Amino acid sequence: MATATPQPAAQPAVQPIERENYLNKHYGVGSWLLTTDHKRISLLYLLSITFFFFIGGFFALLIRLELLTPAGDLVQADTYNKLFTMHGQVMVFFFLIPSIPAVLGNFLVPMMIGAKDLAFPRINLLSWYLYIIGGIMMLHCMLTGGVDTGWTFYVPFSTAFSNTKVIEAGLAIFVTGFSSILTGLNFIVTIHRMRAPGMTWSRLPLFIWAHYATSIIQILGTPVIAITLVLVVAERALHLGIFDPKLGGDPLLFQHLFWFYSHPAVYIMILPSMGVVTEIIACFSRKRIFGYTFVALSSICIAVFGFLVWAHHMFVAGISVYAALVFSILSYAVAVPSAIKVFNWTATLYKGSIRYDAPMLYAFGFLGLFTIGGLTGLFLAALGIDMHVHDTYFVIAHFHYIMVGGALMGYLGGMHFWWPKISGKLYPEGWARLAALIVFIGFNLTFFPQFILGYVGMPRRYYQYPPEFQVLNVLSTAGATVLGIGYLLPMIYFLWSMRYGKPAPDNPWNAAGLEWKTQSPPTTYNFEEEPVVTWEAYNYEELDAPQKQEVPVAR
Amino acid sequence: MHDSSATIAAGEAHGEHNPALLHHFATEEQQRNSASLGMWIFLATEVMFFGGLFCAYLIYRGWYFSDFAAASTSINAALGGANTAVLICSSLTVVLAIWAAQTSRRGLLLVMLALTMLFGCTFLGIKGIEYKDKFDEHHVPGASFSFDHVSIPGHPDQYANPRHAQIFFALYFIMTGLHALHMIIGLGIFAWLFWMAWKGRFTPDYHTPLEIGGLYWHFVDIVWIYLFPLLYLIDRHR
Repeated sequence: MATATPQPAAQPAVQPIERENYLNKHYGVGSWLLTTDHKRISLLYLLSITFFFFIGGFFALLIRLELLTPAGDLVQADTYNKLFTMHGQVMVFFFLIPSIPAVLGNFLVPMMIGAKDLAFPRINLLSWYLYIIGGIMMLHCMLTGGVDTGWTFYVPFSTAFSNTKVIEAGLAIFVTGFSSILTGLNFIVTIHRMRAPGMTWSRLPLFIWAHYATSIIQILGTPVIAITLVLVVAERALHLGIFDPKLGGDPLLFQHLFWFYSHPAVYIMILPSMGVVTEIIACFSRKRIFGYTFVALSSICIAVFGFLVWAHHMFVAGISVYAALVFSILSYAVAVPSAIKVFNWTATLYKGSIRYDAPMLYAFGFLGLFTIGGLTGLFLAALGIDMHVHDTYFVIAHFHYIMVGGALMGYLGGMHFWWPKISGKLYPEGWARLAALIVFIGFNLTFFPQFILGYVGMPRRYYQYPPEFQVLNVLSTAGATVLGIGYLLPMIYFLWSMRYGKPAPDNPWNAAGLEWKTQSPPTTYNFEEEPVVTWEAYNYEELDAPQKQEVPVAR
Repeated sequence: MHDSSATIAAGEAHGEHNPALLHHFATEEQQRNSASLGMWIFLATEVMFFGGLFCAYLIYRGWYFSDFAAASTSINAALGGANTAVLICSSLTVVLAIWAAQTSRRGLLLVMLALTMLFGCTFLGIKGIEYKDKFDEHHVPGASFSFDHVSIPGHPDQYANPRHAQIFFALYFIMTGLHALHMIIGLGIFAWLFWMAWKGRFTPDYHTPLEIGGLYWHFVDIVWIYLFPLLYLIDRHR
């Protein structure tokens, strides 16, 4: 130590002086764990949800390995039940629900509207701590035995029969739910109260509209599952009879309460992704989004309609045929605003100057996969077909097309699109395009065979199956492997870019949003001066029009 | 301009010196509006939280109408009524506390906050007596629950089904218990407000914590205003 040689004198001169930003302003663990900067909290969330994504992915890997062969030879039946349960719970509550809102939304909502921070920075930090507390409870639960109820906690199995740690998992999700509520609350207040001068509602980026709609669901839906979990825990601990048919309770009531949140929760996952894709498509086709108002209002419509369709999960559970009919029609209705979005994105592409950068490849993937997921959702909303494919792999394939093909593709697209802003570094474009391609191929190889498997009758949640289903299951497992590689790649090159990547310019995509009009990475308060917005959102025609001095003239 | 320059300067000086104005807000008004909107949205969340319980209660009441009537008439409406009166008084003292802050009456503010907490504790005390009565009567759901040979109101020859009555008591304890938990949190908030008021933090210009704390308190009162008739009064007429 004492003999440490001084650094070569040329070193500081070669290294460009780094501008002060939110990453290098303070150092040390304390400056991260006690931060109230929305950008740092978003990175805390990024680390945490990536951790849980790989845990959930590990369970998925074991599930696919078990299903490689028809016999139940890798794990025991009870273990398999735990695997798919914890895969579902981790992926839904600890990855997908917080993914885009808590990471990209946290980072971008204040920046896109020209604010210094979210309205309640300390509540924002609290929401991360609640997530971590819930996450630790969930980890403890998994390490000491796990749960086997399915992610849905259906009663009376969960309250009277299961021998696993239902109470702990329920409480973990209860706590994490409040993290989601606080994020939604923060976004709504921020979007209402913190917009920069000139940032009117009709000038908001559609990412913001999507997050506004998501937040409505978060604040109105999540408390219902919270109270439902309280009732499940109380029922299991004290045998009150609220959900136990032996004591006069009604399991259907549980299903109604559960799906009242858990169906809209799908829109918590997909709406932010739609917002991301809207930003990417506008930027990489260099056009104002087609039908701005319709895309904005369709987000709100999805949030509202999303609350009115929950019982389509219960068509075979014993609800009345008239109720089923109404919920079937309403489920068809929710497809209308989703279709409005898809048509508007497609119309935006029409005659656009399309560039095939990595974020755009993910957005294209989203478009195709979400459309397939949405259309198969209509199959399931139809009473007759649902009787046939209910609880089969058709359902599994359908919701993975929405949640993985839709929500996760959007998340990855968004991570690539905004990574230069978040980290101040450029990722390797070639690798990123390759990863997007691998994810798309791997995804389809994994889940398309499951549509066929489900249609020909393979039920979900079984660890053995008849040998005639093996070919399709092998394809699916092979696809899952490819998909796994596709997910590892971005993590590797994102980490690589943080150290070795080229410094990103402030606006590498020449994009229109306010978040690109400040330095990369931004300073702690995002903007040097409070911005004043005088232009419409997505003014790409203006941005790309030659400036006066650039117009070529005849000599 | 010169007439108002003194007040503007005072306002600016106040803005610089007011430690309550957080860095990311441009004006105190923006901060106040944000805090107030945030609390309203939180209360919407709370409505949905209790809404699930009200939904379960109403469904089971429809299913097991007479058993719920028998169970409902067994709880002490006089104590519930007293608690209702206590809570309404506490809402009044909250409003008076805000008025006292707006008119710079620090002494009155402290008295009103203390009274609010006193009413809150009284509520919890009376609630405790009610719970103890139910405990003594073996009406707490669980192993020692007993509701045998209790006749249905209006039908002295018919007994209520104890299992269905147990669902009533389960919901009664969960709903009033969660409400009491909200009261305890409210007492914590008011203790903090009292401490802030003691230090003289609240002025006619800045009393947002009082307002949003008050919103919370009123909300908890309103939940009780729904709980009281639904749990205690609804079957009294027979």
